Amino acid sequence: MKLQGYLRADGRKGVRNVLVVAYLVECAHHVAREIASPFRERGVHLIGFPGCYPNAYSLGMMEKLCTHPNVGAALLVSLGCEGFDKRRLARTIESSGRPVFTIGIQDKGGTRRAMAAGREWVEATLADIARQQPVPMGIDELTVGTICGGSDATSGLTANPAMGVAFDLLVADGAKTIFEETGELIGMEHLMAARAANPALGEELKRSVAKAATYYATLGYASFAPGNADGGLTTIEEKSLGAYAKSGQSTIDGIVKPGIAPPRKGLYLLDVVPDGEVRFGFPNINDNAEIAELIACGSQLILFSTGRGSVVGSAIAPVIKVCANPETYKRMEEDMDVDAGRILDGRATLPEVGREIYELVQRVGGGEPTKSEALGHQEFILTYKSFEPLGPACLPV
Amino acid sequence: MASFDQRAARAVMRLSPGDNVAVALRPLKSGETVMLDGVEIAIRRHIAVGHKFAARTIEKGEIILKYNCPIGTAISRIAPGEYVHTHNVESNYLPTYVLPK
Repeated sequence: MKLQGYLRADGRKGVRNVLVVAYLVECAHHVAREIASPFRERGVHLIGFPGCYPNAYSLGMMEKLCTHPNVGAALLVSLGCEGFDKRRLARTIESSGRPVFTIGIQDKGGTRRAMAAGREWVEATLADIARQQPVPMGIDELTVGTICGGSDATSGLTANPAMGVAFDLLVADGAKTIFEETGELIGMEHLMAARAANPALGEELKRSVAKAATYYATLGYASFAPGNADGGLTTIEEKSLGAYAKSGQSTIDGIVKPGIAPPRKGLYLLDVVPDGEVRFGFPNINDNAEIAELIACGSQLILFSTGRGSVVGSAIAPVIKVCANPETYKRMEEDMDVDAGRILDGRATLPEVGREIYELVQRVGGGEPTKSEALGHQEFILTYKSFEPLGPACLPV
Repeated sequence: MASFDQRAARAVMRLSPGDNVAVALRPLKSGETVMLDGVEIAIRRHIAVGHKFAARTIEKGEIILKYNCPIGTAISRIAPGEYVHTHNVESNYLPTYVLPK
């Protein structure tokens, strides 16, 4: 399958044509889920924000997600009295050229009427967006995010460096690529700074890791646990190296924050740790919080490395799971797209698996479903955070 | 780029050609000999999966390289095949942050 995409009004292309149903407060979650559930197999995904009190980060995230290139239309489900700025969100979606409709549960007269109205709109709109045909797409029109979860001793030996190889191939072809997560890069800041496009960006990279280290230390997160040493990791540098290997060898072209798309081709670090004093608890309470942020930065596809065996996918963007551990792959083959553990027993080399991932990215971009998509995984989570704007040195021209 | 020795493909792996340490892919027994890039290395003590041993002599003060990245400094001379871990390596990481008072 060749890479192809749905052309949007802003010129970006989506590798899927999803209709999102978005609840704007937890009180609207059930109605939104009931509206979406009959259409689960037809490209309707559920997303939403559970908080009632408004928050600039979550509004920005919802704007970016509802106007993501993989999204063709959006239904907003509001209770009616929540603090979320639903009018602004609807205007943003409308001005992006996408069909959008807001249902107020209180206005409609309750659960049953709101559900009926929602399903009617979804049915009609699905037929509408199905008329759009995909067009050929280049690798230079792709944004790919990478994440690791459920890591073990094999993650840093096989899957992460193999994804790094794939990243290098994508960058060479002009794609935009995003890696994370600063809290797992403690000890790598000097290496990252040396790879920065210029010294000022290098200083920003160091600063972003320092912010993460401070944030985690305040929350009582130990960076290097005794279990790490039991697993054969000797120093904090070595531990972080495993996660860092996902980034490949390319020049680091900039830092982005959730919702900010990389402006040009190349490799970018996503800074997911909130700015300012520590509030709202853990920066990302699970892998899907981070996946949602990678998607909000424009990623049409996610590469996910796992050693112990994560099963998640995501709403909006396909997730390609790269399994690091050959034993895990044997046990959970149905959930894994790539068997990177072959590197350990000599059945494949790192460059071979890297190229396999690179080629799979193009097939999935052409419409081939990933394992998690075929199994119906559409996880999504969004919580409170706060960020300051990017510093001027974060995106060198 | 990883390199493999065909006769011992399942035993050990060096993540980058310039690395001075290699990783055990199965439990290695004290006294056994493994092949790493065509060189015989006698393993000097039990090494668990995922743990490291010296791929050549590492002098005291030398940087330990894994995946061609520095992961610490040798605090004693390490002979080929010797276990490399917290007893003979220390971190070079100087935290770049301070906790707010």
